[in-house]
Amino acid sequence: MSRIKGVFAALKGRRAALIPFIAGGDPALSATVPLMHALVRAGADLIEVGMPFSDPMADGPAIQMAHQRALAAGATTRAVLDQVAAFRRDDDRTPVILMGYVNPVETMGYEAFAFACRSAGVDGVILVDMPPEEAAEWRDHAGRAGVDTIFLLSPTTPAERLVAIGAASTGFLYYVALKGVTGASHLNVADVAARLAVVRASSALPVGVGFGIRDARSAAEVGRFADAVIVGSAIVERMAAKNAVAELLADVEAFVRDLRAALPERTSRASS
Amino acid sequence: MSYEQPDARGHFGPYGGRFVAETLMGPLAELERAYAEARTDPTFQAELIADFRDYVGRPSPLYLARRLTADAGGARIYLKREDLNHTGAHKVNNTIGQALLAKRMGKKRLIAETGAGQHGVATATVAARLGLSCVVYMGAEDIARQAPNVRRMRLLGAEVVSVTLGSRTLKDAMNEAMRDWATTVDETFYVIGTVSGPHPYPAMVRDFQAVIGEEARRQFLEREGRLPQALVACVGGGSNAMGLFYAFLEDAEVDLYGVEAAGKGLASGLHAAPLTAATGRGVLHGARSYLMFDEDGQIRDTHSISAGLDYPGVGPEHAWLKDIGRARYVAVDDEAALAAFHRLTRLEGILPALESSHALAYAHELAARLGPDAAIIVNLSGRGDKDVESVAAYEEAKTCHE
Repeated sequence: MSRIKGVFAALKGRRAALIPFIAGGDPALSATVPLMHALVRAGADLIEVGMPFSDPMADGPAIQMAHQRALAAGATTRAVLDQVAAFRRDDDRTPVILMGYVNPVETMGYEAFAFACRSAGVDGVILVDMPPEEAAEWRDHAGRAGVDTIFLLSPTTPAERLVAIGAASTGFLYYVALKGVTGASHLNVADVAARLAVVRASSALPVGVGFGIRDARSAAEVGRFADAVIVGSAIVERMAAKNAVAELLADVEAFVRDLRAALPERTSRASS
Repeated sequence: MSYEQPDARGHFGPYGGRFVAETLMGPLAELERAYAEARTDPTFQAELIADFRDYVGRPSPLYLARRLTADAGGARIYLKREDLNHTGAHKVNNTIGQALLAKRMGKKRLIAETGAGQHGVATATVAARLGLSCVVYMGAEDIARQAPNVRRMRLLGAEVVSVTLGSRTLKDAMNEAMRDWATTVDETFYVIGTVSGPHPYPAMVRDFQAVIGEEARRQFLEREGRLPQALVACVGGGSNAMGLFYAFLEDAEVDLYGVEAAGKGLASGLHAAPLTAATGRGVLHGARSYLMFDEDGQIRDTHSISAGLDYPGVGPEHAWLKDIGRARYVAVDDEAALAAFHRLTRLEGILPALESSHALAYAHELAARLGPDAAIIVNLSGRGDKDVESVAAYEEAKTCHE
């Protein structure tokens, strides 16, 4: 069983998984592995690591700045893969998902990237600007390398696309909770809950919810019905404020620990 | 040969497509449907034609530049006078089309990206006329070098948002416009200014601009009784070039030249010529095309004296026309463009946009090479009033350094 499948299976009926996001190489390449371990200590169930891109069109200011800091610090797609490989030396259990944009992956080549993911110990990949319609070649190579292809769903996804996206996805589905970019603050939890019921009818995969979850309270609300709660901007914003790495690690760990503590435990009846 | 591009999913061969975040996929499908209906609706087409005539001032003249021709010492040089359109460039052909579509779709708010400001002005203009609100995203560097157009947009009631991240030019303005659109899709129509972006934009913008070539072909046949040897147009994203070329694509005897910005020279790396330099193929702003990026796939900073050409990508249809050999792409540097700017101003009393000056520079060489039996058409895509300040500043800075 893949790491991603294993985690969702173990948590089924108990509580939502917590997936924190950091941008690889932010604020320095040497910070990424220690940050990943800190996230695990704080209770992360999966970790999402951003691959830097010069033009992150789906991201709000917080993650745009993170990409810029990472690129300024010398981060590349290859360097982020190396960080994951280094993390895997001490953690063979926590699933790692990479999130990025098409161009750096296409530059490396889909096949080379898919196998680099496998040898680094990456479990799944999200390419924000690649809908399933354009993804045939990538899915083919990812499938052969045993890397999950996680596609996004959004509030604007028409019903007929839900099934097609579900069929193209492996691992889990990522539901974008609001119209907008990462870090937005106009989350409507009731809307998300209603949409999630529709999404579940279209696919048997677990559904993670991200975009707009900024604190323990919103994590708790979404954690009542989502299979995973994804938090990015609220974590990444903390990188900008801290200078010393030790201080940064302690701060991020404490913040993520609070998020995790806020996720409600479920009785198996309520989870269905 | 019969040319029918793009395919049903917006691909021009391996180029184009729809590479956007999921939030925009539904709205793009909706736009595609609305445009397909409008295209075949006689009412929509009649409205468009009436606006072209009464509001833009079409047809734009095809002008034989006699003194410029004599100076080049070769082929007769005709100028397609898109600079005489209302708002001063070809951009308005497209914004009128898209704004009529926005109205038809019930959208109340227009957004746009702009480089030189011409597309921003053209969008702000149609928004004012139709009573729609308008937000224009513009790189901070471009705001500084195209100040007159910023003032025009504000007079027209548009909000101009300065984009300070990244390279602070057209590419970053487009990123920001896409973020806005993803947030406000229900009420907003994104008016893309060039033959770039996700499907259906490259085909739709081309169709609205195709009036340039349709008129030029008819006008030239009336004047010369045959087709021209060659067409020359500048290429940033490439909308004025596609607009001129499209009606001639199946006229195999007509050579098509797209002129990119060589900036400080192709060898310097400081340019905006992805087709000519063949820097590679990649994905940006929703489409696959020729693109400028580094070995890690990060988009490279570009350079051109003209803000409207200062863009690392190019419309996917140009990539396809290059690969099939139907059009040729060349590049002209800042200095040659500037010389062409002065030449047309002094010889013909026409102040060209710095963007169009790139096409003029190449046309001058080409005319000399083709000889006096030939005749060519250059797309004079915009007027240079907006560039008066920045040309003065550029030349002052150069004098100081010498």
